[in-house]
Amino acid sequence: MTPHQPLIDVQDLGRSFDVRRKVEGRRRRSRESVVAVHDLTFSVDAGEMVGYIGPNGAGKSTTIKMLTGILVPTEGGVRVAGLDPSRDRVELARRIGVVFGQRSTLWWDLPLRDSYDLLQKMYRIEPARYRQNLARFVELLDLGDQLDTPVRQLSLGQRMRGDITAALLHDPEVLYLDEPTIGLDVVSKGRLREFLRALNAERGTTLLLTTHDLQDIEALCDRVIVIDHGTSVYDGSLAGLHAQGGSTRTLVVDLVDEAPPVEVPGATVRRVEGPRQWLSFPADASAAPIVAAVAAAYDVADLSIQEPDIEDVIRELYSRGA
Amino acid sequence: MRGGGMLHVAVATRAFRRYSTYRAATLAGIFTNSVFGIIYSYAYIALWDANPTAGGYDQQDAVTYVWLGQALLMTIALWGGGTTDDLAERIRTGDIAIDLYRPVGLVGWYLASDLGRAAYHLLTRGLGPTLIGVVVFDIALPSTVVAGLAFAVSLVLAVVVSFAIRFLVASTAFWLLDQSGVKVMSGAFAIFFSGMMLPLVLFPGWLGTVANALPWASYVQVPADIWLGKHTGTDLVAALGFQVMWAVVLLAACQGVLRLATRKVVVQGG
Repeated sequence: MTPHQPLIDVQDLGRSFDVRRKVEGRRRRSRESVVAVHDLTFSVDAGEMVGYIGPNGAGKSTTIKMLTGILVPTEGGVRVAGLDPSRDRVELARRIGVVFGQRSTLWWDLPLRDSYDLLQKMYRIEPARYRQNLARFVELLDLGDQLDTPVRQLSLGQRMRGDITAALLHDPEVLYLDEPTIGLDVVSKGRLREFLRALNAERGTTLLLTTHDLQDIEALCDRVIVIDHGTSVYDGSLAGLHAQGGSTRTLVVDLVDEAPPVEVPGATVRRVEGPRQWLSFPADASAAPIVAAVAAAYDVADLSIQEPDIEDVIRELYSRGA
Repeated sequence: MRGGGMLHVAVATRAFRRYSTYRAATLAGIFTNSVFGIIYSYAYIALWDANPTAGGYDQQDAVTYVWLGQALLMTIALWGGGTTDDLAERIRTGDIAIDLYRPVGLVGWYLASDLGRAAYHLLTRGLGPTLIGVVVFDIALPSTVVAGLAFAVSLVLAVVVSFAIRFLVASTAFWLLDQSGVKVMSGAFAIFFSGMMLPLVLFPGWLGTVANALPWASYVQVPADIWLGKHTGTDLVAALGFQVMWAVVLLAACQGVLRLATRKVVVQGG
């Protein structure tokens, strides 16, 4: 029996940068080492969908850069698909796909179709498989009318779908997505998530997703890794994260008339403003009984639920851990 | 390698097409090159009237050299620029990360692109002034087929050497965030040491020796001397060998700098 080999294996990974800083009263700038990632260990099995989250500057993109080999670690090690990313960057590149919400991997001045042709040559995708993949993704992502449009003329949503197709034409084993739904409208977000779920189910593609949108995680990821100050502070299920972070959801109730703070089991009123009241309840609890209880006891004009802010959850988690 | 070769041809073709969309700029450029060609020609004619064998050139050689210089100026992107400006910009904005995620060497990719650009500039900014030189100043053409073919090879090598230097200049953006200061400095070196301003054959003593050994000699002096038939036999092989040597050394330096960049510096942005 060969030992179980995870697809992504990160061991005591670290990366620091030398920066020079001007120090008051000294003529020469002093050298300083800034730690971006430190002591990071995790592994991801083939077929997993993992959310990799953390506040800005936590070390997410530094990690992704090391996983893809464009940045060399200063400590520890990374192996992806059995390869050392920075040493075998070009070989690994054939087996991974990368999608950025805020950057396009397509060629600005070329129609989508020409970009894909270039990618076929670049990844040396077998013509039959290329045609088949292209047809499939164009159909699933509804790109048929955009194939001959230059990328610079596409809307953000179209460009994003174009980018995802570009990242998948060579059947990558791992897909890294960096804020894939940023700036998209609700319908586009929903369609994109549905597509990614289907991709994972049908092809077993491993997804590693960084996002600030909790709903991306909820819709896609069975597992969340939270990173803060360069190291992992949580690795587990989303429900577990909420429980540990003590996060809450908020039910916003618009009553028909002004009323004293409502009293329902399982929720507490945080704020009252005229006929509107804010009730908070644990994020892992169901909203249904609370909504039912409120509706049964009061005349309700409108209801909405606010999801917890992932950054608050993480901040809470980190301040406890520290 | 077969698939990779096809990719690089596609990349070069695309660069050629991209540059060919700037028609008005191309025409204006040809006009400018021709005006400078005429001015330089009269200056050189006066110079060679005073000294008819300066640098081993006769007057026709000298005028031919002027028009070859004008033809090569944009083809080799002597001032800097070309596709390496895209590279510097992508380093500055962080888009370079996307280039690095691809299963292709960055140097080969940008070189292919620059060769496509150079091909376009050769057919327009190169051919245009040359025709004017032939019609108005009766410049010399290569006297043998070998000289003509060797010139073609030398021209490609000139573009490669110039590309490698421009790539190194653009790479400074990894550390400096912006290449422009270094680019201006490098352009000044290039215009002086390539023989664009004054043929290197006129440089006296040790300055001439040094200038002829530096990579910039590959830009204008070596191709022009091959065109003029100054290099024949083993001398011709040595001239091309000189260009090949610099091309190999500088491309290796490009690879080294790239490796250093991923080791030492932050690639901007996500």
